Amino acid sequence: MASFIATGCFSFVVYLLLTAGSGRLLGLWSGADLLAGVMIAAVVGWVARGFFCDPRRRAALQPMRWVRAIGYACGPFFLEMAKANVDVAYRVITGRIRPGIVRVRSGMQTDLGVLMLANSITLTPGTLTVGIDEDTNDLFVHMINVPEGIETRESLEAREVFSTFDCPSWIRRIAE
Amino acid sequence: MILNLLIGAAIAIGLFFNALGVFGILRFPDVYTRLHADTKATTFGSIFTSLAVALYALGRLFETADGQYATLLLHTLVAVVVLAITNATGAHAIARAARRRGHSPAQAVVDKLEEPAP
Repeated sequence: MASFIATGCFSFVVYLLLTAGSGRLLGLWSGADLLAGVMIAAVVGWVARGFFCDPRRRAALQPMRWVRAIGYACGPFFLEMAKANVDVAYRVITGRIRPGIVRVRSGMQTDLGVLMLANSITLTPGTLTVGIDEDTNDLFVHMINVPEGIETRESLEAREVFSTFDCPSWIRRIAE
Repeated sequence: MILNLLIGAAIAIGLFFNALGVFGILRFPDVYTRLHADTKATTFGSIFTSLAVALYALGRLFETADGQYATLLLHTLVAVVVLAITNATGAHAIARAARRRGHSPAQAVVDKLEEPAP
């Protein structure tokens, strides 16, 4: 029941975002839109509750995780992404590349944690997730510029892929 | 006036990064390095062009208080969030497909996927 309500509320908020400006009620919405939104959110909440809230862990029901996720997306993640773009722009202009695929120990236990880490790695400086070792949750990461000395090592820690911020521990607090 | 300058600057930066993405595709040696240029440069480029749209919508919203500009602003913000997620996922899917098809990274100094697991 709680997972149904949480999923329904989330889809209702998304519906409100997408239809804002349709009328004058409460400043932004029309009455018909609000009614349709409640009905659609109820249906979506019922159908998608098992995907949105993992029935065993119910991580999506803890509000602090949402606050941290938004903070992570606006803060460390956005800055790392900005650095990635400047870095890739520099490599496009100079053509100075030293590519290779390295193994990165993710240290994540859950699917959501591995997914967030893989996506964060893809959007941060010069790294692109190519594959995953499903037994150990290790990631295979293509780096556009492998630093000297890295190529002889067996594996990297996830922290070493990010330049400034400790993104893996943020993700661990959001997803695990 | 200042708003128009800001919009113009955002469009210029966005187009610059998108153009770098195109140069990267032409210039880099293999599919993996091209994906770097393709996904990262275009994420930033699209964020800045979307920022220009958002600034324009904000300006018009304060001028006219018309609801359609609020719609434009919110839809642009939603598009940016969705773009950031799908860009990474799509790049990973293409890289994985290339890997399974047997493409090795060109000029690679190390390739851990080739080696057996420890």
